[in-house]
Amino acid sequence: MLDNLTARLTRIAKTLRGEARLTESNIQDALREVRVALLEADCALPVVKDFVAAVKAYALGEEVIGSLTPGQALVGVVHRELTRLMGEANVGLDLAAQPPAVILMAGLQGSGKTTSAGKLARLIAAGKKKVLVVSCDVYRPAAIEQLKTVASQAGVDFLPSAPQDEPLEIARRALEHARTRYYDVLLVDTAGRLAIDEAMMCEIAELHAALHPAETLFVVDAMQGQDAVNVARAFSQALPLTGVILTKLDGDARGGAALSVRHVTGKPIKFVGTGEKLDGLEPFHPERMASRILGMGDIVSLVEQARRGVDEQQAQALAEKVRRGRGFDLEDFKAQIQQMKSMGGLAALVDKLPAQLTGSINPAQLHDDRQMRRIEGIINSMTAQERARPELIKASRKRRIAAGAGVPVQEVNRLLNQFEQMQKMMKQMRKGGLARMMRAMKGALPGGR
Amino acid sequence: MFGFANKASEEKASWSARLKAGLARTRAALGGGLGALLGRRKVDEALFEELEAALLTADCGVEATQALIEGLRARARKERLEDGEALKGALKQALLELVAPLERALEAARTRPFVIMVAGVNGSGKTTSIGKLAKWLQSQGLSVLLAAGDTFRAAAREQLAAWGERNGVPVIGQAGGDPGAVVFDAIGAALARRIDVVIADTAGRLPTQLHLMEEIKKVKRVAAKALPGAPHEVLLVLDANTGQNALAQVKAFDEALGLTGIVLTKLDGTAKGGVVCAIARQRPVPLRFVGVGEGIDDLRPFAARDFVEALVD
Repeated sequence: MLDNLTARLTRIAKTLRGEARLTESNIQDALREVRVALLEADCALPVVKDFVAAVKAYALGEEVIGSLTPGQALVGVVHRELTRLMGEANVGLDLAAQPPAVILMAGLQGSGKTTSAGKLARLIAAGKKKVLVVSCDVYRPAAIEQLKTVASQAGVDFLPSAPQDEPLEIARRALEHARTRYYDVLLVDTAGRLAIDEAMMCEIAELHAALHPAETLFVVDAMQGQDAVNVARAFSQALPLTGVILTKLDGDARGGAALSVRHVTGKPIKFVGTGEKLDGLEPFHPERMASRILGMGDIVSLVEQARRGVDEQQAQALAEKVRRGRGFDLEDFKAQIQQMKSMGGLAALVDKLPAQLTGSINPAQLHDDRQMRRIEGIINSMTAQERARPELIKASRKRRIAAGAGVPVQEVNRLLNQFEQMQKMMKQMRKGGLARMMRAMKGALPGGR
Repeated sequence: MFGFANKASEEKASWSARLKAGLARTRAALGGGLGALLGRRKVDEALFEELEAALLTADCGVEATQALIEGLRARARKERLEDGEALKGALKQALLELVAPLERALEAARTRPFVIMVAGVNGSGKTTSIGKLAKWLQSQGLSVLLAAGDTFRAAAREQLAAWGERNGVPVIGQAGGDPGAVVFDAIGAALARRIDVVIADTAGRLPTQLHLMEEIKKVKRVAAKALPGAPHEVLLVLDANTGQNALAQVKAFDEALGLTGIVLTKLDGTAKGGVVCAIARQRPVPLRFVGVGEGIDDLRPFAARDFVEALVD
């Protein structure tokens, strides 16, 4: 996700780092790159213009003076402005209403409302709340059926509705049902609609009036183009939105919608959706997202994801090891592979590492589950001593391991090479790649001096 | 001459009207704004800049936009175009030259059964498009069979079955089965029942999910096993709302499957369609159909001239 933007901005920062000072002309080149990068990431043109102007104003202003290098200063400004654009901090759901607190989902066709509804229901139910879901989508064939399946997967209650019902009737009935049966939260899925379809926009406004939702969430596809701005504006005019869910963020090279939706609606992005599995919904952290765009990686988010997916202690130990790059052995490598499996694969994790590190990883390798299983098999064929000290493994041990795992010796070599690379990567990070970047960041921000 | 010569002129008018209505916002960004601009103004640098912004806002993409603007600029210099009206004509011509090669009709009657495989990202409108496509093929006098190859998403099979019921088209599917097996069965059934066209649905997938891309390659291979030469058409369904990622999708699916056509859906919303220009420049896969509405008849063959007219006028 956001790979292109990350790569681009990383490159800009690099060229600027070579410069002695920040001048009107060299900043101009960098800003043009920022503009093109943002446009290619589908960030809306007016938002891009505002953004570039703001960055320029700050970069040429007093705030740059006194920081370590001009390049770092500009990256700092870009980072801060990106964060500001996406909203200052993560905003969670506000369900502090008299139960049942109603959540209304709205958005275009195919934006991911029903899938997100299931994910959200699961997340809320995990917080020990009694959740009821209902579908008001009487238009798309089998939409109700889809929510029913998703609800049962999420382990929450589903109130049946039928295509011949009136959406408003379904909503009233659901509200009554939820009230009399003491549900904490009622989640209402709606049909996808075009912002220019007046009848349909009226319908959802009526639904909103009848339900008095605590949260009205606008679901938007992260791959959406320039039009995201118009759609978001139209929805926020028709409905008092309280937040945004950004879906399909596991796609490639996009995310401009994240930058512009908040700017246009003024509403916080509360969650991001990744993948079709029901655990693929994460709180949105603007600060971390900005860091990720700048190629600084996202260790914190990685740890959080790990915490939910695997044993917390193990995750902390792993994060500690990632940070230190010390004592990382094949046993950990194996544990990591197992954790990755429960966290939605290696790709999801790699996404959170700094751009300069991920460049050295071949994505095709990452996705091959079979290969992961094979690696596990190879490691399983090693003794505890070999796992702790891989340098022990020479020709004859390699042959034994290969025979034990049922693979050619070359595979064992490849694994050891990969492991070595990984160890190097972690050492690099420990040597302050990350820490230094963070410090530089602080120096560039006005409050950090 | 506009691609619908065989249709009644009345129907053509309503179709053009609908396409125009669908592209109203794009026109507001591109044509509407430009129409007002171009009519009165002199051709100067500010005008080109506004033109550039308008093309960018219509999702044409940085690369295609710059190329179009450069071309227009060169032409304005060479032919001494001085008023906006002439510039508008030049823009139309440039756009038409760009997208005209994409206009190539689907010939589903050339073999029997003609197997169409449909792919795309999640939520792009595959299943809905298949329903509409089935209706269109029936209107061409062809019998159709649907294969519910989306065995992953909740209720995808039911959704396709509902479309099948509406059109009176048989649907082959199995709960939670292997998509390849479903397609294999469907082709077998079509051979046995002497059906003209098989349309195979597949689960939505993002090109970054490499294991799913491998899976869909397998579905294609299985189709070829069931019937040598199949699938005869591999369609990518693209959501017109998608920005520059549409290009990445076309490239990724083309590399995996060898696309023979694109269906552009949801063109009835607001500003969009410009991504067609980017696709035409970088990966010119024929644009077989565009969807401009929710009704079952709202899927029609792409007509480049109509598209450009609707975009600019």
